[in-house]
Amino acid sequence: MMFSVILSTASRYLLPLLLIFSFFLLLRGHNEPGGGFVGGLVAAAAYALYFIANGVYEAEKLLKAEPIKIISLGLLIAILSTIPSIIIGQNFMTGVWLDINFPVIGKIGTPLFFDVGVYLLVLGITLKIIFSLAEEDK
Amino acid sequence: MINQIIILPIILPLIFAVTMLFFWRSVAVHRYINLFGTLVSLVVSIIILVQVISEGIISLQVGSWQAPFGISIVADLLSTVMVVITAVIGFATALYSIGTIDPDREKYLYYPLLQFLLMGINGAFLTGDIFNLYVWFEVMLISSFVLLVLGGTRGQFEGAIKYVTLNLLSSAIFLAAVGILYGVAGTLNMADLARRIPFVEQKELLTVVSVLFMIAFGVKAAIFPLFFWLPASYHTPPVAVSAIFAGLLTKVGVYALIRFFTTIFVHDIGFTHNLLLISAVLTMLTGVLGAAAQSDFRKILSFHIISQIGYMILGLALFSPLAIAGAIFYIIHHIIVKTNLFFVSGVVDKMKGSFDLNKLGGVYKFYPLLGLLFLIPALSLAGIPPLSGFWAKFVVIKAGLEVQEYFVIGIALLVGLLTLFSMTKIWNEVFWKDDPRGYENHLDESYKQITSTKKYLVIAPIVFLALITIIIGFYAEPFFKYANDAAEQLINSSVYINSVLGMR
Repeated sequence: MMFSVILSTASRYLLPLLLIFSFFLLLRGHNEPGGGFVGGLVAAAAYALYFIANGVYEAEKLLKAEPIKIISLGLLIAILSTIPSIIIGQNFMTGVWLDINFPVIGKIGTPLFFDVGVYLLVLGITLKIIFSLAEEDK
Repeated sequence: MINQIIILPIILPLIFAVTMLFFWRSVAVHRYINLFGTLVSLVVSIIILVQVISEGIISLQVGSWQAPFGISIVADLLSTVMVVITAVIGFATALYSIGTIDPDREKYLYYPLLQFLLMGINGAFLTGDIFNLYVWFEVMLISSFVLLVLGGTRGQFEGAIKYVTLNLLSSAIFLAAVGILYGVAGTLNMADLARRIPFVEQKELLTVVSVLFMIAFGVKAAIFPLFFWLPASYHTPPVAVSAIFAGLLTKVGVYALIRFFTTIFVHDIGFTHNLLLISAVLTMLTGVLGAAAQSDFRKILSFHIISQIGYMILGLALFSPLAIAGAIFYIIHHIIVKTNLFFVSGVVDKMKGSFDLNKLGGVYKFYPLLGLLFLIPALSLAGIPPLSGFWAKFVVIKAGLEVQEYFVIGIALLVGLLTLFSMTKIWNEVFWKDDPRGYENHLDESYKQITSTKKYLVIAPIVFLALITIIIGFYAEPFFKYANDAAEQLINSSVYINSVLGMR
């Protein structure tokens, strides 16, 4: 793989920006365009850019967790987000919302946690695919 | 509150699969979680069955979105019975897998995939919404694609290419049909469709859509002339995988056909059900004739899946309460028996290192009990009384006599005879004749290294399923009664409609 100083430097600044943007998309979702799926893709794109610039080992080091762990965590959060609906005696997967408004985030409810699960799942699975292909390339 | 329980057969496999992913490095943990998970699913599904029998159809509107706008999960008698059988096969396969699946496959997430597969199958049985059904078909297919190629041998890829291509084609047709149906009827909720279809004006378009669905599910159920992927792929993966595929996957297609052509598309029975009848007869014949030409243990069994599917479709096509009850009884019997036959073929392969009938022989001489364990499902498949297959065939044929389809019944009886011929062929070649290598007990080298615990784990599910076959045979009455009740629910769809659309 060709090493490019410009891309390598740029990716270091772009990574946090893209991650913040992905969080923005995640929180904006539900009622407006955005959500866990798009957010997860943007976050994965951020890491993918870093990997293109610096190679797969650097990218894996930066990520710290194995992609499969991120996938499992995402699925677990998505499953856990369905439990409150059962506890309060509603139908399975009914959205349960808190009445308090938080600054920046807005309302908090189980759909947000479900979206966080989707976010992690999409991030994990995209990175797993990218890293597997990259490692096979070597 | 109690109706929440019907989501469990879908959500439990997911929970167990995710738990396994957290311990993805330790295969031993996977085995225990998988076994425990299938056992829990079995218990839960039996509880649901008891509930459905005592209280009637249970439905659940996911996310509290009112039907027909949200997704409905509906457990009527047919769905629930299918879920129970799925759990039984899941449990048997879990045991069998521990004994037979090699460490490499286990390491690459074999057990979580098995749970995802069960989740997809249960979802397809329980959903009351056609688009949601499509989604569950995809969950099931994607897991089955991976299970089919897991291990990556040459034969597996060859089989998988045919399997994947034809199933993707069928999914595309399914999706197109869903789109057109939504355009025609304006809803995809099965109960709502059943209510609205009599008032749809474009009956011709409706018939076209119903045939599209017939093709889409026909590919999955492997009916004539859409079955070619099945004998090309089912003999390639490990036996545990073939067995669960053979038992359950095609039956999801049959289930969908039964659901659609009893509850929803009954506006033009003269055309659609006659088409099914022709297809059923040809499916029975081609399947059994195809089997007669084979000399590979698993290929013979694969072709017999097709011919047996013909009987189920025949029951549906005859379209009387008795015939549909017969089809449902047939599904129950066939899933158990066919899975068991595949299990036995795996044991023979472990011992002798081959599926080729010409290379096998002499098993009965040294393992008479295994011979008996083969004979029970084999004779049941052929329809010898008093085993379960006899009652299944008896009911379908009796229903045929009632509506005076004598030609079709003649074919069905002939196919039964030819099935017996095939089973006798396997018996003669594998169990009865001497081993072509000589009179001694020739065993595969790898077989001698298998621990006795593993051997028990492999034999246990075979005995378990054989016992169920015998129980269904000797106590056919209650099983038939519930099959009959399930058929009643399908034909009088007003109960189903009221339960889902709420007169609560």
